[in-house]
Amino acid sequence: MTFAATGHGTLAAAAPQGFLSPTGVEIAFVLVGLVTLGAAVVTVTTRQLVHAALWLVVALGGLAVEYLLLTAEFIAWVQVLIYVGSVVVLLLFGLMLTRAPIGRSPDADSGNRPAALAVALAAAAALVWVVVDAFRTQWIDLDKPQGTTEVTGSILFRHWVLPFEALSVLLLAALVGAIVLSRRNAARSEDPGTSRPGPAGAPSDRAGDKEQR
Amino acid sequence: MHLAYPAVLAVLLFCVGLYGVLARRNAILVLMSVELMLNAVNLNLVAFDVWLRDALHAGQALTLFTIAIAAAEIGIGLAIVLAVYRNRGTSAVDDLRDTAERPDDGGDGGGRDSEGAAADEPDEPDQPAEGKASQKAEAPA
Repeated sequence: MTFAATGHGTLAAAAPQGFLSPTGVEIAFVLVGLVTLGAAVVTVTTRQLVHAALWLVVALGGLAVEYLLLTAEFIAWVQVLIYVGSVVVLLLFGLMLTRAPIGRSPDADSGNRPAALAVALAAAAALVWVVVDAFRTQWIDLDKPQGTTEVTGSILFRHWVLPFEALSVLLLAALVGAIVLSRRNAARSEDPGTSRPGPAGAPSDRAGDKEQR
Repeated sequence: MHLAYPAVLAVLLFCVGLYGVLARRNAILVLMSVELMLNAVNLNLVAFDVWLRDALHAGQALTLFTIAIAAAEIGIGLAIVLAVYRNRGTSAVDDLRDTAERPDDGGDGGGRDSEGAAADEPDEPDQPAEGKASQKAEAPA
């Protein structure tokens, strides 16, 4: 609390430039931000499902560049590795496994699209107003890098070791949960239980399972 | 750099994700929109961490944790979507309204309800032991 208060006091007065004379970092940030935002908008509006996943790559990669511009270097590479490298690949696998249509699908958007647009625009207006009103005069000093790998590793394994270990347990639980969720029906339909007596409803159940594949 | 730039970008990304969650029909596209919202929060965390020069770098540590939890969430979410697709043959979130309250007391969804409940029923207790062993052996592969 005291740290936040002092940091606020020293940094609040330090806004050396207005919005009309941006620095080079700010220009780069705004340009990459526009690309990121455009890619995000295309992601949520396109009717081609695989294109949505590919535009999500652009949005997440743009965010990694923003992290680099904010001198959070390690976070940027983690973003590239985990999001672009694994999450998008998982999403593409999910799209393929649920037999998403390759071309345009007319039913990509649900019927409550106007309501969603109204809610999103209202939330954007309110939040932009509040955020700009609150942080208009604040200035981030980027002279010293704040998130090098050395700094991040040091704080992560000195001060945040216990949450880090708890997180590994959570990842293990998620791994086991994902395996259990995706293996159950597969094992039942591949191995139709010659030794298993099976309940009365099992044959029709399996037939329905196969015809849905 | 003005703090307003990353803050406004995070707000706009969050609202784009909000629109996607509300407007999309395919469950995987909804998951993509959730990822956009999580990334907007991450950008806020990093920007405020760099602004405040926190000695513990709580914002960056929390960003790393959020990324890991998002990866776990997407794994579990996709497993659930695949299970729903196997049972129902669709991954559209609009069609999954078996538990919705209908004014006419739901005469049309009854048959599909019972079928889905039968397909969802777990039968691990009466599964043979070798089936479980092979399942465990194949699981890491």
